[in-house]
Amino acid sequence: MSEFDREDGVSRRKVLECMTWVGTGVLWTVSGGVPHALGLIDKAAAQEAHALTFLQISDSHIGFDFKTPYPNAVGTLQECIAKVNALPTKPAFMIHTGDISHLSMAAQFDDADKVIGQTKLDVHFVPGEHDFVDQEQKLFLERYGKGTKGAGWYSFDANGVHFIGLVNVHDLKAGGLGNLGSEQLEWLEADVKGRSASTPIVVFAHIPLWTVYPNWGWGTDDGAQALSYLKRFGSVTVLNGHIHQVMQKVEGNVTFHTARSTAFPQPAPGSAPSPGPMKVPAEKLRSMLGIANITFKQNTQPLAIIDSALEG
Amino acid sequence: MGSAMPISKTLQGALLAASLGAVCAPLVAPIVLPARAQSAAAANNISIDNFTFNPPTLTVKAGTTVTWANKDDIPHGIASANNAFKRSQALDTDDSFSFTFTTPGTYQYFCYIHPHMTGTIVVQAATGSNATQ
Repeated sequence: MSEFDREDGVSRRKVLECMTWVGTGVLWTVSGGVPHALGLIDKAAAQEAHALTFLQISDSHIGFDFKTPYPNAVGTLQECIAKVNALPTKPAFMIHTGDISHLSMAAQFDDADKVIGQTKLDVHFVPGEHDFVDQEQKLFLERYGKGTKGAGWYSFDANGVHFIGLVNVHDLKAGGLGNLGSEQLEWLEADVKGRSASTPIVVFAHIPLWTVYPNWGWGTDDGAQALSYLKRFGSVTVLNGHIHQVMQKVEGNVTFHTARSTAFPQPAPGSAPSPGPMKVPAEKLRSMLGIANITFKQNTQPLAIIDSALEG
Repeated sequence: MGSAMPISKTLQGALLAASLGAVCAPLVAPIVLPARAQSAAAANNISIDNFTFNPPTLTVKAGTTVTWANKDDIPHGIASANNAFKRSQALDTDDSFSFTFTTPGTYQYFCYIHPHMTGTIVVQAATGSNATQ
């Protein structure tokens, strides 16, 4: 893990350490192109009233039916959404970084939509590998892929920030990790070409674009190539899910962050025989599930990410 | 391995095993088992545990139906690395998938949900292999 403190901000490392401690959602503030954590969701929202705030949720796994200690994936998603609805400042929109469903079934997407829809927020989705397991791999795209390219990638702008949703769970190869593919890489290169290097960039995709732990498939084979197109930008934030735990890394101008799942936690890399659902005592579960709230502010301060757990 | 070996040769192997000690101990197993069919049935199954295929390489005769059973708390799916057979439906906990391999060859496969999980099926010709042993 390589982290760099920058001369131009207040101890970024300290800030990042705080973020991993805080837990339920990620609240991000991007300012001056550098990430910055403000504190707990409520405090951050109060301080950043004029900033662009958006939410990240991930890995809802609706349909996951693993008994104790998991009450049910719909129930914990509902608790997360209640937390979102209780925020003092309404986020501009939400991103969902995949694994909405457990088995790509229409009823599972329906259940997820019913709960997520309660926020009345625009939601930008990217698929997880669990959203592409129907034989024809079409249910996700029919529902969430309107106006997207290829297997569901796209970009949009909000408050001067350029957001890019990537798909790294399609056309997976035997023995490989996450995969973007040449068509998507070409599109990405063209998408960012001609944009000012001072444009803050937020990339979101399901599987981490950086190599977290290849033995468990936690990485993207051609992620480095995607990131090479973003090198010249002063602020790049990469938001992922998939590993069901908060993990953060800063490398040069790029901040990588993974969000918690709303359904079940997974073990730290290499700490268990496999990445299967972590069995934790029921009273501890809610400290390991959550959402992320992110705020961007156009000034000299860095971006803030705040993860908040359902409890604790 | 020794599945097609005639009993007499297996016995020789067992005698050899006795003299060589633990190194050859597995050779004794075919003699102990009362019915060959039982070991053959078990040998056609692949168990998915802790995100791995067990055994990672399985050798069968052409015409054999191979069954994968998911013992993990998370779904897996079986897909051929080069589209040699149609991929399975998603296998939730305790679900299984079977495919009959009729053509000899080496079949690489992987989990299409967790592609770092890989395995191999070696399909041998149904006849003539006894003579080669």
